[in-house]
Amino acid sequence: MARFIARRLIGMVFVLFAVSVIVFFIFNVIPTDPAQRIAGKNATPQLVENVTKELGLDKPLPVQYATMMKKIFSGELISYSSRLNVDEQIKQRVPATLALSIGAAILWMFFGILFGYVSATRANTLTDRLLTIFAIGGISMPVFLLADIFLYFLCHKLELFPEGGYATLSEGPYEWLSHLILPWITLAILYAGFYSRVLRSSMLDVMGEDYVRTARAKGLSLRRVRLRHILRNSLIPVITLFGLDFGAVIGGAAILVENIFSINGVGFYAVEEGIAKEDFPVIMAVTILGAFFVVLFNAVVDIAYAYLDPRIRLGSSAQ
Amino acid sequence: MAFEPPAAGLPGPGPDEGFPPAEAGAPAGESPWRIAYRRLLRNRIALAFLGLFFLIVVFVLAAPIWATHVAHTGPNTTHTLEKISVNGETKEVVEPSGRPIGPVWLGAGGKFFFGADGRLGRDEMVRLMYGGRTSLLIGFSSALITIVFAIVLGLLAGYYKGATDSVIARAMDVLWAIPVLLLAIALGTALAVGGLRIGPIHVAGNSLLIPILIIGFVSIPYIARPIRGEVLSLREKEFVEAAVAQGASARRIMFVELLPNLWSTIIVFFTITIANNMLIESALSFLGAGVRPPNSSWGSMISEGSDLIYSAPLLSILPGAMVLLTVLSLNVFGDGLRDALDPRAKVRLEVTAAQAGPEGAAI
Repeated sequence: MARFIARRLIGMVFVLFAVSVIVFFIFNVIPTDPAQRIAGKNATPQLVENVTKELGLDKPLPVQYATMMKKIFSGELISYSSRLNVDEQIKQRVPATLALSIGAAILWMFFGILFGYVSATRANTLTDRLLTIFAIGGISMPVFLLADIFLYFLCHKLELFPEGGYATLSEGPYEWLSHLILPWITLAILYAGFYSRVLRSSMLDVMGEDYVRTARAKGLSLRRVRLRHILRNSLIPVITLFGLDFGAVIGGAAILVENIFSINGVGFYAVEEGIAKEDFPVIMAVTILGAFFVVLFNAVVDIAYAYLDPRIRLGSSAQ
Repeated sequence: MAFEPPAAGLPGPGPDEGFPPAEAGAPAGESPWRIAYRRLLRNRIALAFLGLFFLIVVFVLAAPIWATHVAHTGPNTTHTLEKISVNGETKEVVEPSGRPIGPVWLGAGGKFFFGADGRLGRDEMVRLMYGGRTSLLIGFSSALITIVFAIVLGLLAGYYKGATDSVIARAMDVLWAIPVLLLAIALGTALAVGGLRIGPIHVAGNSLLIPILIIGFVSIPYIARPIRGEVLSLREKEFVEAAVAQGASARRIMFVELLPNLWSTIIVFFTITIANNMLIESALSFLGAGVRPPNSSWGSMISEGSDLIYSAPLLSILPGAMVLLTVLSLNVFGDGLRDALDPRAKVRLEVTAAQAGPEGAAI
C-alpha cells in the first residue's frame, strides 16, 4: 500500500512539473514581445529594455523557467499591473472558492445519488423520463443563463436573496448562507442530473448480478437489497467521476459562477486582475493552482480505491 | 447506400438456417448503417431536436437578409441618438439615462425587434443573428480540429501501443490535469495582444482563428482517450491479423482497416463535441478571453448584457437561451445517434462523462 501511494505521489509530481512547463511555455514562448506588452503600447525602447532586464526576459529559457518556479514557490510572484504579491492575493481568496465548491459538491452528490436511485428503481417510468430531461438540460445549460435568471427573478424581482457578493462566515452564518445558496444551487444543477444518469446505468448493471439474486433469494427485503447490495456497489463510477470533477470545479466551473455572482474567490481574481488587465503572473499562478487541485483529487480517489480494492494496488498500472 | 433485397433462393443467412434474426423485422443482409438510419427515424425526440438545430442554423444564415431587408442596419451600427416610430409613437432608441429600448416586436416594421443592446443602441435581433454565426462557426470548426487530432492520436497510440502510446497518453494526462477553462483562458490571454506567429504565418490577436484553435486544442484529450480505447480493442480482432498477414503497412491498417470501424463513434463524438465546444466558447467569451471586438458571439453578447441584467434582462438571457437551445439540440440528437448506432451502449452521454462534467470540466 505504501508503495502504491509513493508511486502515485511521484506520478503527481511529474504531472505537476509538466503542467508548470506548459504554463511557462504559454506565457513566455508563445506571446510575441512580452516586454513590449508589459511596458505598454507607447513605451520608449529604453523602457522596454529595462522591463526585459528586470523580468529576466533576455536570459535563456531554462533560466527563465527556474526563476518563475522559484518565485511561485517562495511566494515572490508579483503581479504586473497591481504590483501586489500574487500568492497572498490568492491565499486570501481560497476560502471563498472552497466554500462555494464544497457546498455545491455536497448538494450535487446528494441530489445526484437521490435522483439516480429513484430513476434506476423506477426505470422507464414517467419520473425516470423527467429526470432524463433534467440531466440533459443540466449538461447543456450555460452557467450564466441559469445564474442570470436567478439573479433577475429571485434576487432583483422577488428580493429573496442579495444581488451577488460574498459574506464571510464571521459576518454571521445567515449572511454567509444567503449569499452562497444560489451559487451552490446553480453549480449543483449542472452536475446533479448527470450524476444521476451515471448512477442509474451503474445500478441497472448491478441489478443483474448473481449476488443480488442470492440476496433476494435468502429473504432480504427489496429495500435492504437495493440500499445495501445494489446502491453500494453502484457508487464506484460516481465516486471516480467526483474525483475528476471536484478538482475541475475548484479550478474551472467555479470561475464562471464566482464572476456572475461577484464572489471574490480565486476565479474572480483570475478574471478581474488576470484577464481584464492581461496580467500574466496572476493567470499563471491560478492555472497551476487549478491543476494542483485536479491532480490532488485524482490521486486521493486512486489511493482510496487501492485501499478498498487490492486488485488495483497490486496491478502494474498506476493509472 | 442503396439497399437491394436479396433475391429469393439466393444462399444467405436466414432465420430458417438456424441463424438468429439480425434485428426484428430487418431483412437479412441489411447494412449496419441502414439499420442505424431506420432506428434513428423511429426516435421522434432526436429528430425533433435535429429539426430545432436546423431552425437555428437557418436563423443565423438569414442574418444578412434580415439585416438589409427588415432591420436596415448592421450588427455593429450604432443608433445612440436616433428616434424610431413604434406603432405611430416616437421613441428614443437609447434614453438619456442610458437605458436601451426594449423589444418592440414588429412595431417599427421589424427594426429593433428585440430592442437595442445598450448605450450604443445597436439592433439586438441583428446582433443575435450575426453573433450566432460566430458561435456556430467556432463550435463547428473547433470540433473539426478536435476530432481530426483526436483520431490521429488515438489511432497512433492504440495501434502502436508501447512507447508511442506511453508518450501520447502521458501528454494527454498532463493536458487533462489543467481544467479546460483555465487552459483556454491562459492561451486566450497569452495570444490576445500579439496574436499567433508560426513561421511566416501571422494571426492577429482579435482574429476568430485564435478562439477556434484554442478551443479545438483544449478538447483533444477528452476525445482522443476514448478513441484510443476503442482502437486498442479493435486491433486484436481477426481482420487486423488478416491485414498484417497480407503484408499491409501500418498506415494502411490504421486508416483503411481501423478507421472505417470507428466512424460510428466519431460521428457521435463530433456532434457532442460541437455542443461542448460551443459551451466553452460562450464561457471563454463571457470571461473576456474568447471572441474579441469587432467580432461578437453569443458569449460576448451575454458578457455585455450582464452589465444591464437588472434594467434589460433580455440582453443576456436571449443569447444565453440561444446557446442553451443549440447545445441542447446537439446533445439530444447526439444521444439519439448513439442509441441508433450502438444500441448496446449502456452509459449514454458518456462523452460528457469523459469531459468531466458540464462545461467540459468545464470548463
